[in-house]
Amino acid sequence: MAKASIEARGDLRLTRLTKTYGDFTAVDDLSLTIPKGSFFALLGPSGCGKTTTLRMIAGLEEPTAGSIHLGETDITTTKPYQRPINTVFQNYALFPHLTIFENIAFGLRRRGQKDVKEAVDKVLNLVELPHLAQRKPTQLSGGQQQRIALARAIVNRPALLLLDEPLGALDLKLRRQMQIELKWIQKEVGLTFVHVTHDQEEAMTMADTIAVMNEGQIEQMGSPAELYDNPETAYVANFLGQSNLIKGTISGNDGDSHIVDLYGQKISLPKNRSHAVDNSTYAGIRPEKFRISLLDTPVKGNVLSGGHIEDVSYIGVSTQYQVEMPWGQELMVFEQNDDGVAPFNKGDAVNISWEPAFTFALRGDEDATAGSEVEPEVLDEE
Amino acid sequence: MGKIRTPYLLLLPGFAFLFTFFILPIINLAQTSTQTKIAGGDTGQYEQTLRFANYVDAFVDNKEQFGRSFLYAIIATVLALAIAYPLAYAIAFKSGKYKNVLLVLVVAPFFTSFLLRTIAWKQILGEEGFLVPTLRTLGIISENTTLTSTSFAVVMGMTYNFLPFMTLPLYASIDRIDPRTLEASGDLYANGYTTFRKVTLPLSMPGVVAGTLLTFIPAAGDYVNAAILGNPNTKMLGNVIESRYFKIVDYPTAAALSFTLMAAILILVTLYIRKAGTEELV
Repeated sequence: MAKASIEARGDLRLTRLTKTYGDFTAVDDLSLTIPKGSFFALLGPSGCGKTTTLRMIAGLEEPTAGSIHLGETDITTTKPYQRPINTVFQNYALFPHLTIFENIAFGLRRRGQKDVKEAVDKVLNLVELPHLAQRKPTQLSGGQQQRIALARAIVNRPALLLLDEPLGALDLKLRRQMQIELKWIQKEVGLTFVHVTHDQEEAMTMADTIAVMNEGQIEQMGSPAELYDNPETAYVANFLGQSNLIKGTISGNDGDSHIVDLYGQKISLPKNRSHAVDNSTYAGIRPEKFRISLLDTPVKGNVLSGGHIEDVSYIGVSTQYQVEMPWGQELMVFEQNDDGVAPFNKGDAVNISWEPAFTFALRGDEDATAGSEVEPEVLDEE
Repeated sequence: MGKIRTPYLLLLPGFAFLFTFFILPIINLAQTSTQTKIAGGDTGQYEQTLRFANYVDAFVDNKEQFGRSFLYAIIATVLALAIAYPLAYAIAFKSGKYKNVLLVLVVAPFFTSFLLRTIAWKQILGEEGFLVPTLRTLGIISENTTLTSTSFAVVMGMTYNFLPFMTLPLYASIDRIDPRTLEASGDLYANGYTTFRKVTLPLSMPGVVAGTLLTFIPAAGDYVNAAILGNPNTKMLGNVIESRYFKIVDYPTAAALSFTLMAAILILVTLYIRKAGTEELV
């Protein structure tokens, strides 16, 4: 049994996985399949259950209910050291008493592998730190420790590599660089990566598939583009990037489109992007999809008129406008600065227009602010 | 100027204290160790003759006690380590909110006198205690075996008395271990035993070294346990020195023995630290 589990390969399958601590449900009836070879991100705010899920996959927490399969092998109750799974821990958890070489060799030695030196040298070259082999972890910078933690895990060629906020402790610039490197390394070694993060940009940069988690459940799962362009819930719409959600009523149909009444103004949106369950809905448009025009300029597509510019912030690549609409809502608009000047001023009376295809529709009974004011993540020190 | 002088001024009280109460007595002791009896003088009257053979005589006459001192000290240290390690580990990792309570309990024996606690062991191991009858009923010891006034009692007393000195440094060292390194070890295919051997133990070595030294050094020079719990055949070097000083009034031999013991401990400890390689540790 122990031997069989360490050899297990294939897709990772979580079935009705649940973890409760007393009255608190951290992970709630979660089912999920992660295909072999993919880069999968579990994205969500602090306390959404993503780290607990990861720890159950690693074997560091025992599920209250449900099962975990790797290929055909049930590993739900298998000990961590009998799973072909390695983890890159949030704080790296390198062994302070061992050299970098011995840190990386640790897993290989435990499995009695031959040619340890060759394998370690190879992975040190992969992370571009071969000159640090004889140093101790405390002599390394944060970015170097991060790469060693990664090397220590991938050298074992696990069926599954788990990354628990691996870039959380790095500064922004280094984080961007490591995101690209991680993605490259994943392609290079061809392992399945499961990445836990609260940083939506990080998830979108690296992952093929993202599962957005909220309160122990998966809110929506899909490719970064699917999640961004066609969010199914207000939570996803707000947590992944920013959204303008405008309350409205579906008043009719026109072929493949719904006609939606937004405070007396009619717009259309594709039916296949509507997640409304009845006539009541929120029409959602990303800020960069909007175009602003002065009242006398002719425009195509959906138009909302009667706005005036409330605030202008110039941020280099784009200019962000707050546009107050007749019904009192302020809409956010990002205009590319491709012509070099900010053409609109505070107080200008404007129309807002956009391509109908960029519109999505959510259920009308949702909380339009869900996911938008998630508390900033504090790296958990438990 | 003032900035350079401040650290030295701060060191001054410590230096003055150590000079008066450690350096001077040591010099005095060294002088005494090579003295000989004044011919025809009273008991306790000695003169300096630089007789270094005092050391040889003192050692040859007390070889047995020497060996016993180190043997008992080593056994007590090993026993204390065996008891204290799991205790310290449990307090550091498993005690949750009771951590501070347990730490207070570890040092609680210090609230009573060392002497009193040692005498209490006489009661525990005595015929009227609960231990001896229980062991006899269970057939572990025979009807006519006693536990008081035995080497067993001396070693037990030493183990008990020095246990907190073992537990506290061990705890301090184990408590500093990041539990996530233990999780990482499990994640990297090490089972519980291997994790202990390859991660927990090496990371707690500073505590093991400090604890064993704090136990072994005073245990090797101890005389209270042997005096209260032992018999004439369990005498340790401390007992010999004590009787040479206060009963026989043979100051040179007592001083020579003290120095020999000190040197022996110093050599053993140096070898031990080299072997344990603490300089390798973080």
